[in-house]
Amino acid sequence: MRSPVLEKLNPVTSLAIGLVLLLPLVVTIDWLSATVVLAALVVTVVAARVPIVPLLRRSVPLLVVAPIGATSMALYGQVGGHVWWRLGPAVVSDQSLVLAAAVVLRVFALGWSAIVLGSAMDATRLADALSQVLRLPPRFVLGTVAGARMVGLFTEDWQALAHARRARGLGDAGRLRRWFTVSFALLVFAVRRGSVLATAMEARGFGGAPRTWARPSRLGRIDAIAFGLALLVAILAVVAAVGFGTAWVY
Amino acid sequence: MTAVIEARGFGWRHAARRTWAVRDLTFTIEAGERVLLLGPSGSGKSTVLRALAGVLGDSDDGESAGQLLIDGRHPTRTIGHQALVQQDPDSQIVLARVGDDVAFGCENLRVPAEQIWPRVDDALVRVGLDVGRDHPTAHLSGGQKQRLALAGAIAMRSDIVLLDEPTANLDPDGVDEVVDAVAALVADRHRTLVVVEHRVEAWAGLVDRVIVLSSEGTLLADGPIGRVLADQRQSLLAAGVWVPGVPIDVDPLDHDRPASGPAPLLADDLVIGRDTALREPMTVAVERLSTVVTGPNGVGKSTLALTLAGLLRPISGSVRADPQLRGSLSPDPLRWKSRQLAGRIGYVFQEPEHMFVTSTVREELALAATTGAEVDELLARLHLDHLAAANPFSLSGGEKRRLSVGVVLGARPQVIMVDEPTFGQDRTTWHDLVRLLMGLAHDGHALVQVTHDQPFIDVMGQRRIDLRNRERVSAP
Repeated sequence: MRSPVLEKLNPVTSLAIGLVLLLPLVVTIDWLSATVVLAALVVTVVAARVPIVPLLRRSVPLLVVAPIGATSMALYGQVGGHVWWRLGPAVVSDQSLVLAAAVVLRVFALGWSAIVLGSAMDATRLADALSQVLRLPPRFVLGTVAGARMVGLFTEDWQALAHARRARGLGDAGRLRRWFTVSFALLVFAVRRGSVLATAMEARGFGGAPRTWARPSRLGRIDAIAFGLALLVAILAVVAAVGFGTAWVY
Repeated sequence: MTAVIEARGFGWRHAARRTWAVRDLTFTIEAGERVLLLGPSGSGKSTVLRALAGVLGDSDDGESAGQLLIDGRHPTRTIGHQALVQQDPDSQIVLARVGDDVAFGCENLRVPAEQIWPRVDDALVRVGLDVGRDHPTAHLSGGQKQRLALAGAIAMRSDIVLLDEPTANLDPDGVDEVVDAVAALVADRHRTLVVVEHRVEAWAGLVDRVIVLSSEGTLLADGPIGRVLADQRQSLLAAGVWVPGVPIDVDPLDHDRPASGPAPLLADDLVIGRDTALREPMTVAVERLSTVVTGPNGVGKSTLALTLAGLLRPISGSVRADPQLRGSLSPDPLRWKSRQLAGRIGYVFQEPEHMFVTSTVREELALAATTGAEVDELLARLHLDHLAAANPFSLSGGEKRRLSVGVVLGARPQVIMVDEPTFGQDRTTWHDLVRLLMGLAHDGHALVQVTHDQPFIDVMGQRRIDLRNRERVSAP
């Protein structure tokens, strides 16, 4: 799932935009601020030509989270206006229904901003950006990226370890205990593979010394524009919520 | 000619060990020479290569003696001048895309960015890796991964190439790919090559000099390959080196022998695969004989063995066990409890370490065997008696392999599956294993062995399941 436009953004910009959009969504709890952010995201998806089908596919978890949040808000949220239904501490009122709708919008605003921004992000480009733009130590950043690449190998190790335990007659133990013994064995393999990788990196001159970058990572005009727009959306969301009096429901 | 590598009384002792890994090494290697480094396991061959690569570490990691110099300087100061390719193809890759991984070393050597990409493209052409810069490194085969590591070395303009068993984990096609790529690199007699490998035959045509280390880590012999192989024949054979031209020392199993009794495992219309079908439906019978499963990488040899062994659910179809094997249990081994399975079908995994769960060899064997006497008998049979108290993870490659077979035998399974038993093994371990497996076949076990190893196929292949063709296959 790649958007040709969002891929032009520096990964650091994508991170910053994510944080800026997060802000109005956590300081307010109303429907209007979430709607503003969501609307901005929909415009972005269309304008940046984010492939729709993969986006929807990745949104499936949101369809689970949103109703759970909405239901609890509808039942236990701030009571106000007409009361529709009541059972013990659970009260469904006009006010709690508005809050429930706001939760649904908020879940999608948060989820989509993470999916849309995150999907265009590539681990190697992110590492380049963190080292070159944010000046984080390359030893740390590239070490992490190289290590993370090994997670795929761990899945294979995990399967083999689990099969080996069943084949040896040790697979009848409780699920939890099996999980612990396999995890421990996996750790041994992780350390082993990690040390081979560290040797390989050291032999290729990787260390504390300054290095050059085959893939220069810079901030350009498009980054400034994108970040400016995101900031505008965030401010607009908060201002709208405060201005229309939806922000503070108490 | 100028000496590029010079060892004067060089020695190294790892911080955690009392004995020296290597000591009193004195030799010089000239520019453009191609050297094969031989010796028994534990003789410190890898230590020498790591020292040359400049990655042995400092005084916290161990103690050094004498001198080891590259171009008159300590190897840690000449990194990039020399490059190291290690044994495990998977653990050496740093980045997710082919081009980025090759560029990694250049960046560390502070090559200006505009010079890096031409170097990367050139290096990929020289090792014959024409998959494109953006190709995911995770999708490469073992042989391609090792050539990628070589490309990284070339891009750094390394003129000393250090190879530490670069082909031990590869199938025969992968071995050829890597040897050919190395041959092309050193063809101009400009680059210096030092390779550690006990399969001499693959490299014999390429190297011109052999240095042999003793089991104590000292210099045993040094000279032209032909002379050293002739002079040191006995000590090399004792060290487990595959000396070219020396035949295998076991007689093949009787290929015409009929199976003793009905087939313990049968499968009709079996479709194997982990998530998606790997092959067309197949019909397989596992006889009480020695069967080899062959075919190139990725055709599903291990998947078939895991499925037959009741460890992996087939995509469709099922495996049925003969009443003699299953007793009163369900015909489908997948439904057996783990303990029930272990007593009927044993499985020796490709990576022995995946199987170890205790902290001593004795405990490992005692998990399945019932009596102490049985454990003692197994220890003797595996030639591991002197290592009963050792940690399984600390054993040599050959010892680990023998132990991995032993832990399966303790449960007395009638069917035994073995995945790549002889992969990367030295000559001594190879013979130990083959004799052990032959003994099992003689005793009426049903053996199923996944292998690429032609000599192994020749002696052990009473039946052969060849997965080369992608269509329907059946055991002869």
